[in-house]
Amino acid sequence: MKRFLLVSIGTFISFLSFSQGSVTGNIESTFQYLNADSIIDAKQPAQKGLLNSYMNVFYTQGNFKAGMRLESYLPRIQGYPNRFDGTGIGMRYVGYSNGFVDVTLGSFYEQFGSGLSFRAYEDRALGYDNMMDGVRIVVRPTSGLVLKGVYGTQRLSFQGGSIIHGAGIVRGIDGEFHLNEGIKKMNEFPLDVVLGASFVSKYQEDNNPDLILPQNVGTYGGRVKLRYKNFYGDMEYVQKEQDPSNDNNYIYNYGHASVFNLSYTKKGLGILVSGKSVDNMSYRSDRTKDLQDVFINYLPSLNKTHTYNLVATLYPYATQPMGEVAYQTDVLYTFKKGTKLGGKYGTTIGGNFSTTYRPQRSTAGINPLDSTGVTYTCKPFHASDSMYWQDINFNITKKINKKFSTILSFYSIKINNDVVKISNDAHGIIHANIGVGEFSYKFNTKHSLRTEIQGLFVQKENGLIKDKGNWATLLLEYSISPGWFFSFMNQYNYGNPDVNKRVNYPILTCGYVRDATRFTVSYGRQRAGLFCVGGVCRFVPASNGLTLSFTQSF
Amino acid sequence: MKAILTLTFVFFTAINAFSQDANSTENHLKKLPSVNLKDIKGKSVNTAALGVEGPIIISFWATWCAPCKKELNTIHELYEDWQAETGVTLVAVSIDDEKTKSQVPVYVNGKAWDYMVLMDPNGDFKRAMGVNNVPHTFLIDKDGNIVYSHNNYAPGDEDKLYKELLHLSGK
Repeated sequence: MKRFLLVSIGTFISFLSFSQGSVTGNIESTFQYLNADSIIDAKQPAQKGLLNSYMNVFYTQGNFKAGMRLESYLPRIQGYPNRFDGTGIGMRYVGYSNGFVDVTLGSFYEQFGSGLSFRAYEDRALGYDNMMDGVRIVVRPTSGLVLKGVYGTQRLSFQGGSIIHGAGIVRGIDGEFHLNEGIKKMNEFPLDVVLGASFVSKYQEDNNPDLILPQNVGTYGGRVKLRYKNFYGDMEYVQKEQDPSNDNNYIYNYGHASVFNLSYTKKGLGILVSGKSVDNMSYRSDRTKDLQDVFINYLPSLNKTHTYNLVATLYPYATQPMGEVAYQTDVLYTFKKGTKLGGKYGTTIGGNFSTTYRPQRSTAGINPLDSTGVTYTCKPFHASDSMYWQDINFNITKKINKKFSTILSFYSIKINNDVVKISNDAHGIIHANIGVGEFSYKFNTKHSLRTEIQGLFVQKENGLIKDKGNWATLLLEYSISPGWFFSFMNQYNYGNPDVNKRVNYPILTCGYVRDATRFTVSYGRQRAGLFCVGGVCRFVPASNGLTLSFTQSF
Repeated sequence: MKAILTLTFVFFTAINAFSQDANSTENHLKKLPSVNLKDIKGKSVNTAALGVEGPIIISFWATWCAPCKKELNTIHELYEDWQAETGVTLVAVSIDDEKTKSQVPVYVNGKAWDYMVLMDPNGDFKRAMGVNNVPHTFLIDKDGNIVYSHNNYAPGDEDKLYKELLHLSGK
C-alpha cells in the first residue's frame, strides 16, 4: 500500500515536471503549540504540538484531467473533528472532458439545484468533507441543457491516512434547461426561464432486527428560475421518501423542503426576500450517523453570514435539518456621489432581517403508535409560534475623505438556546444587541490602520444577567501593502455574572504575504465557542498558545 | 484503493508519454482552467473562454468577506480609468454558496459594480485555481496565461495590481 502510494506520488511529480499541461493547486499547513490555561479551562494536549497539512495538485492537459489531495494530521489541530488522523491521499480523480461530455472517475464534488437533494462539498475550515467517491458524468447535448449523473459512496472520515467511506451508496440524476439558451425562438425573449429536476436515491442495507427499514430511499424535486428585466425569482421543492433514521427517531414520515428567492435589483439598489421551509429532511448515506457526517443534501440556515467577531461567533445560528420555517429580507442602497446624503464618494446603507420558527406539526387523525410509523403531518411554510432565531441588522458605509472611511453596524439577535444549543449557562431566548464601529485610516499609499470597536450587550431577564453577560472587543490592524500586516485583538467578557470569569482574550497576529504565499503567526487566547460556516457549525474548545500557518497557491 | 492507485499510475504514465510530443521549448505559463459557471444573470460561461479582449483581473470574493468587498469597492472607483488605459476586464467570482448566493445580486447592484460577476457556489473554479482563502486576485494576460496573483487585501494593494497591469499592457 505504502509502496504504491510512493510510486504514485513519485510518478505524479516526475510527470508534472516534464509535461506541457497545466498544473494548479495549493498547500495549506497549520501548526499549533498549546499551553494549559486554567482560567479559560484550556488543556494542553499530550503531544503539545499539533499539525494539519493539505496539498492539492490538479493537472489538465487538453481534454484530460487528474488530481489529488494529500492530507496529514499529526495529530489534528484543536477543535477539528476527532476522526481525522494519519497521512495519505484524501481525494484523487482522473477524468476526461470536452464541450459535450465530462466524465470523472474517483473523487468529485457536485451540487444539484440549490442542494436541497444533493450537494457534495468541502469546507476545510470546518473539517467538513462529504466528497463522493465513484463516477460522475455531465453531458451538454444542446446549448442550455445540462444533464448530470452521479454514483458513489461518500467520504465519512480519514483514518490511518485513508479515506473511510459511509455505509450507503448514493446515486442521482439531474437535468437543467435554460430555455432562452436552448430554444432559438426564445433567445431574445424578455422573460428568462430555467427549469430543472433531480432524483437522488441512497441504498443502505437493513440490519435492524426490530424494524423493517426501507433500504432504498429516494429524494426528488423540481425547480424554476424566472427573470424579467430587474425582477428575479426562483423556487425549488423536494420531497424525501420514508427514511427512518437516528435523526428522526426512526419515524416513517415523508420529508419535504422548499426554498424561494424574490429580488429586485438595479444600479444602486438591491432588494431580496427569501423563504425556506424544511421538515424531516436530514438525508444521510448512513442512517445511524449524526453531527455533520455523510449528509447527502445541504440545508443552509437562512440568514446573513456576519463577519465581525462578536456577532459571528458568540450567538451563531446552526441550521435544524429536522425542521424549520425561515424568512429573510436583505436591502442595500447607495446614495449617489454628489448628492446631499451621498457626499463626495457616495454612502451605502444596508438592512437585513431574518427569522426562523419551528414548523407547525399536526397530529390530528394520526395515531403515532400505530404500525404506519407516521407520527405527524406538516405542511410547507406552516410555522408554529416557537421562535428559534431572529436577527435585525443595519449598517452604513461612508468614505469621509481620501484617507478616512468608516462602517457603522448595529445588530439585534435573538436565539432560542433550548433548541439551538449555544451555551450551557442559559435557558430560553438569549437577546443580544451588538454595536460595531470600524474605522480605516490610510497614512499613505502603503501604510494603513484599521480599528474595530465592538460591544455586545445581553438583555437582562428578571433583573438577572443572562448567559455570559456583556462583551467588548477591540481590534487594531496595521498593514503595509503589499507584504505585511500586524494585528492585535482583545475580547473582554467584562459583564460576566461570575466575577472570576471576567476574562480578557488577547491575541496578537503577524502576517507576511508575497504574491500567492502567505505566512501568519499568532499568539494568544481563544475562547471556546461554535465556529460556523453556512449554518454548519463545529465546537472549538478554548485555547492558549501559538499558531503558525502557511498557505501557497500555484 | 490499490486498484485506483495503480490506475492513477498507469494513467499518469500514459499522459506523460503523450505530453512529450508537445513543444517543450514553449515558455511554461499557467493557463486559466476550464470550468463551467453561470454569470449573475444565469447565463453559462466557460472560464477558459470568457469572451473578452485584453487583460483580465479575476478576483475571488464573497458577501461575507470584508476585505474582499473593500478591495472590489476600491477598484470600483478606479475601474473606469483602468479600463480606458489598459482595456482590462474585472471578473468578480463569488464563492457564496446556497446560503448567501441570493445576496450577491443585491450587493453587486446595491454597490453599482460594473464587473463581470460569476457564481461559483460549490467552489469548482476556486478549487481549480488553487485558492486557499479569499480574497485572492489573479491577473491574466490577453492569451489566457496567469501572470500574477495575490492572496489578501490591504489598502494600497490595488497600486501593485495596477503596476502589474500597466507592465502587462507594455506601459
